[in-house]
Amino acid sequence: MNVIEVRNLEKMYEDDGVETLALNGVSFSVAAGEFVALMGPSGSGKSTLLHILGFLDRQSAGEYRFDGKTMDHYSADEIAHVRNQKMGFIFQAFNLLPRNSVLDNVKLPLLYSSAPAAEWEQRALQAIAAVGLEHRTYHECAKLSGGEKQRVAIARALVNKPQIIFADEPTGNLDSKSGAVIMEILQKLNEQEGHTILLITHETYTAEHAKRIIRIRDGAVESDHTVQHRHKASDGLKK
Amino acid sequence: MKLIYSFHTALEGIKVHKSRSILTIMGIVIGITAIIIVLSLGQGAQNLILSQVQGLGSRTIVVIPGREPKGPADAAQIFSDSLKEKDVPLLKNKLNVPTAETVMPIVFGGETGEFQGETFRLTIFGGSETLPQFFDIYPEKGIFFSEEDIRARADVVIIGSRVKEELFGLTADALGQRIKIHGRNFRVIGILPQKGQVSFFNFDETAIIPYTTAQQYIFGIRYFHRLFIQAESDSAINQTVEDVRATLRASHGVSSPDKDDFFVQTQADLASRLGVITSVMTLFLVAVAAISLIVGGIGIMNIMLVSVTERTREIGLRKAVGATDKDILTQFLLEAILLTGIGGIIGVTLGITIALLASIILTRVIGFGWQFVFPWSAIVIGFSVSTIIGLIFGIYPARQAARKSPIEALRYE
Repeated sequence: MNVIEVRNLEKMYEDDGVETLALNGVSFSVAAGEFVALMGPSGSGKSTLLHILGFLDRQSAGEYRFDGKTMDHYSADEIAHVRNQKMGFIFQAFNLLPRNSVLDNVKLPLLYSSAPAAEWEQRALQAIAAVGLEHRTYHECAKLSGGEKQRVAIARALVNKPQIIFADEPTGNLDSKSGAVIMEILQKLNEQEGHTILLITHETYTAEHAKRIIRIRDGAVESDHTVQHRHKASDGLKK
Repeated sequence: MKLIYSFHTALEGIKVHKSRSILTIMGIVIGITAIIIVLSLGQGAQNLILSQVQGLGSRTIVVIPGREPKGPADAAQIFSDSLKEKDVPLLKNKLNVPTAETVMPIVFGGETGEFQGETFRLTIFGGSETLPQFFDIYPEKGIFFSEEDIRARADVVIIGSRVKEELFGLTADALGQRIKIHGRNFRVIGILPQKGQVSFFNFDETAIIPYTTAQQYIFGIRYFHRLFIQAESDSAINQTVEDVRATLRASHGVSSPDKDDFFVQTQADLASRLGVITSVMTLFLVAVAAISLIVGGIGIMNIMLVSVTERTREIGLRKAVGATDKDILTQFLLEAILLTGIGGIIGVTLGITIALLASIILTRVIGFGWQFVFPWSAIVIGFSVSTIIGLIFGIYPARQAARKSPIEALRYE
């Protein structure tokens, strides 16, 4: 079953009367359990695409079905609930609450979920364990290294057991060693836990950690193929 | 989102920006403090005035010559000579006013007392032998004058403690000495204990003489400044007032109540009138303090708006992980309310402390019977007002926060 189905997606921006076409007829689908890299140079429209896929923005034309339903199917509060329950986000800039502890940051999506408060702590601790940060549970996030911050962000994305994880340039702010750790975790989550992952990157090497690469150029799909020689992150991430 | 965690989140937001939060709530703290102080001291002043009035005894009825003033421009002094000697036996007559226990004419005015070159500006108080029981004040040394002294227009005087001190010094014995008032020598037959202010009369600075003597030799008048009447019981006050009015109208030939040339005041009247005055004063001061609360509220709004802009990324992130607009609104609104609520707690505590200190100082320095009033109503007002201010001035910034689009917010640097 397809988690993501995109048909002829278009996105038009208007800035001071000047119209820019960021997406120009993008079509693809992602099935449950896949690990897809969305690749393209900067300005190719991949961030715009991610915003639409994450129900953070609306397309100008075309159709996008997440889990079989379009965004119009939901009210604003229901969209927030879908994001909370079915999607996990990892950002290039981590976007943690710097003064709060690792545990508090990982708990954050649970605060907005319908999960009973009694389970929060345990679920957050599980997610923290999944990224190997047990020893940092009560540390303030601002004091962590870049790699550790991104692992907190992954734990936060995992905590509600989403159907898909959107990772937007997750290694972009990291050195190659920390980046390798992040990719290793993502591969493990996909292969061992069966998480569906959509990775956005402009680096071919990073993209080749996924099982399939969709290349975007000038707002359209340039190529879509499975990766023949997959990198294992445990071999080390080169740049 | 569970409310208790919303509180937790809001509290975190305040704790993270500690020094800014403190500066933000200063306006609220000052406003609430001012209100608590004003209400507490206002209530204290009211109680003090009421206790002064009650110092005269609740059964005392005062008849004042002239028409009752209905407004500030009213000439109350018309008929100021309407209370005459002939009224006294009529009021004392049990057939006219059966519930009157005693009737006492009073005349008073400022005069200079002199003894061996020492002078003192004192208040002459011309009364009758029943004066001690009206004011509950009896000579500490010597005796009070008698009914006989009144009939004889005797030159006898009972002096207050300050008068004694000023004219005779602390140690010398004044009893039996003669002091000169208005060119006439009065023999000191009694000295009053130190009493302070009793119902607007300061007996310490008073010389009490028979009213007959005062009328004839000091003031040269044939009327009274006041008539004091004591009802036999609290429940008889209203009946006594009615009988006094009827008797005086008959005596003065007044045909209808609106032509009265006198008016009657009970202690309850006086108390309620003074109560209104202090209440209005308190209210006025509270209104002034309330302005500082509004200013404080605007300060809160200002800082909250800055905070919303500064935390755009945080808002974007919260929305990305599933916060609804309402969740964000609640978070920022709670933060504003918590800020002002904390300001309220500090303000109430500070206000009570300062009011308590002021009471202690007032009692020590001024020395009269001031009592600290614990301002329960002010505490309730302080808390509710500060919370409401948080709600009013927090709603706009909170809505701004809730309206932010998550992608704009995440892109924000």
